[in-house]
Amino acid sequence: MAHEETVYDALTNAHDDAGHWAFGTGFDDPLAGVDTTVPDGVDPADLGVYCLMLGDDALVLAQRLTEWMTNAPELEEEVAFGNIALDLLGQARLLLARAGSTGVLGRSRTLATGSIPDEDALAYFRDADEFRNTALVEAPNGDFAQTMIRLLVATTVRLAVFARLRGSRDPVLAAIAAKGVHELTYHRDHAARWVLRLGDGTAESSRRARAGAAAVWPLTAELFTATDVEARLTTLGVAVDPVDVRDEVRGVLTTVLERATLTVPAWPAETPPRGRQGVHGPELADLLATLQGLARQHPAATW
Amino acid sequence: MSAGAVDARSVASTVTDPELPLLTLADLGILRDVRVEDGTVVVEVTPTYSGCPAMGVMRADLVLALHRAGFAAVDVRTVLSPAWSTDWISNEGRRKLAAAGIAPPGAAPARAPGPVPLQLGAVRRTAACPRCGSPDTVEQSEFGATACTALRRCRSCLEPFEHVKEI
Repeated sequence: MAHEETVYDALTNAHDDAGHWAFGTGFDDPLAGVDTTVPDGVDPADLGVYCLMLGDDALVLAQRLTEWMTNAPELEEEVAFGNIALDLLGQARLLLARAGSTGVLGRSRTLATGSIPDEDALAYFRDADEFRNTALVEAPNGDFAQTMIRLLVATTVRLAVFARLRGSRDPVLAAIAAKGVHELTYHRDHAARWVLRLGDGTAESSRRARAGAAAVWPLTAELFTATDVEARLTTLGVAVDPVDVRDEVRGVLTTVLERATLTVPAWPAETPPRGRQGVHGPELADLLATLQGLARQHPAATW
Repeated sequence: MSAGAVDARSVASTVTDPELPLLTLADLGILRDVRVEDGTVVVEVTPTYSGCPAMGVMRADLVLALHRAGFAAVDVRTVLSPAWSTDWISNEGRRKLAAAGIAPPGAAPARAPGPVPLQLGAVRRTAACPRCGSPDTVEQSEFGATACTALRRCRSCLEPFEHVKEI
């Protein structure tokens, strides 16, 4: 190949015929050069599904936060949501690429997407019932206070899980988690400080924060029950059983809400996992229609 | 190390960050290794943030720079562990940041295993004003125009400035 004349030529020419993925950015495999061997004794199918669970949580929450772009109450918060969404999207890319490296794509029934990188195929060409995210992240944003409380809950759970995953027997998952912990600490503490301002702010901000907590709390019902995949991988030292983070998560959330002079809502009765099994509300299909529409209608689009 | 590897490293070290073009990848501490394996230049880079949108451009820039220097075979590999820290920004990189009006990061927070403690109080990060040197500055926004920066304002000269936040 002749030497490229510009960076932009390099971007589109350096990656063979798949250069237009992800969408003309030339952002090729985020795990390029990383040893993705699955550890001994670990079922690659289990590991792939587990990475989808963690990756889909991040992808879906990033998409929800992105809905605030051009809509946030002040510019700084729009920038904050955009930055947090970008970090989560980065985590999703790594996790979906890790899922792809286990061969999970070969077991997906809708995919016949040829040279599209695994992470893109998994993000854009799975239907709602193949997503493994929890209900917590797919619920609509609500107002700013509800968005911030959902962000607090979601990042608190994710940080607790990632902190433990730093010791995973899968070195790729451990590395992704170690990187994510730095980011999630920043996200969680940002959301927590906003909940303090809202809860202990004006009568109106406090009213909205209470309503937000009341709307978000029921979504925690399924968070702390392991799926069979999580249970098997926890035994092998690869995954985290979500029940092991329950006390820590509830403790952090209680601390924040009490400091914010908000009443901590009753914890809902725990239910079997639904989102992790691919059972979702219509909200996820709506979200995916926005997320996936362009890729599905114009699979070769570049800009 | 062979002469080829030394040459390749010196070429790779000149490639700059597309978002902070005053800094080279070496200044930023994301260029982890450059070596020659069986005639192929192997470059190892680590992302700053998981979602750093500049990684793809950096990879392409590395390939382009090495091709132009006559290295036909180039393999740019990602390393994820250990995770990048702002502590890896070189002294030269910090000097360049300050000269460009961007406050360099302080020491990254200590990382311990186990639960990450909640920080509900005011953010205690500090940064001297890169324009007038005053330590009397205040954070305006925890998030800035790029993933790695926060926005601050100097209470002495009143100028706003970016601060590379510590991670």
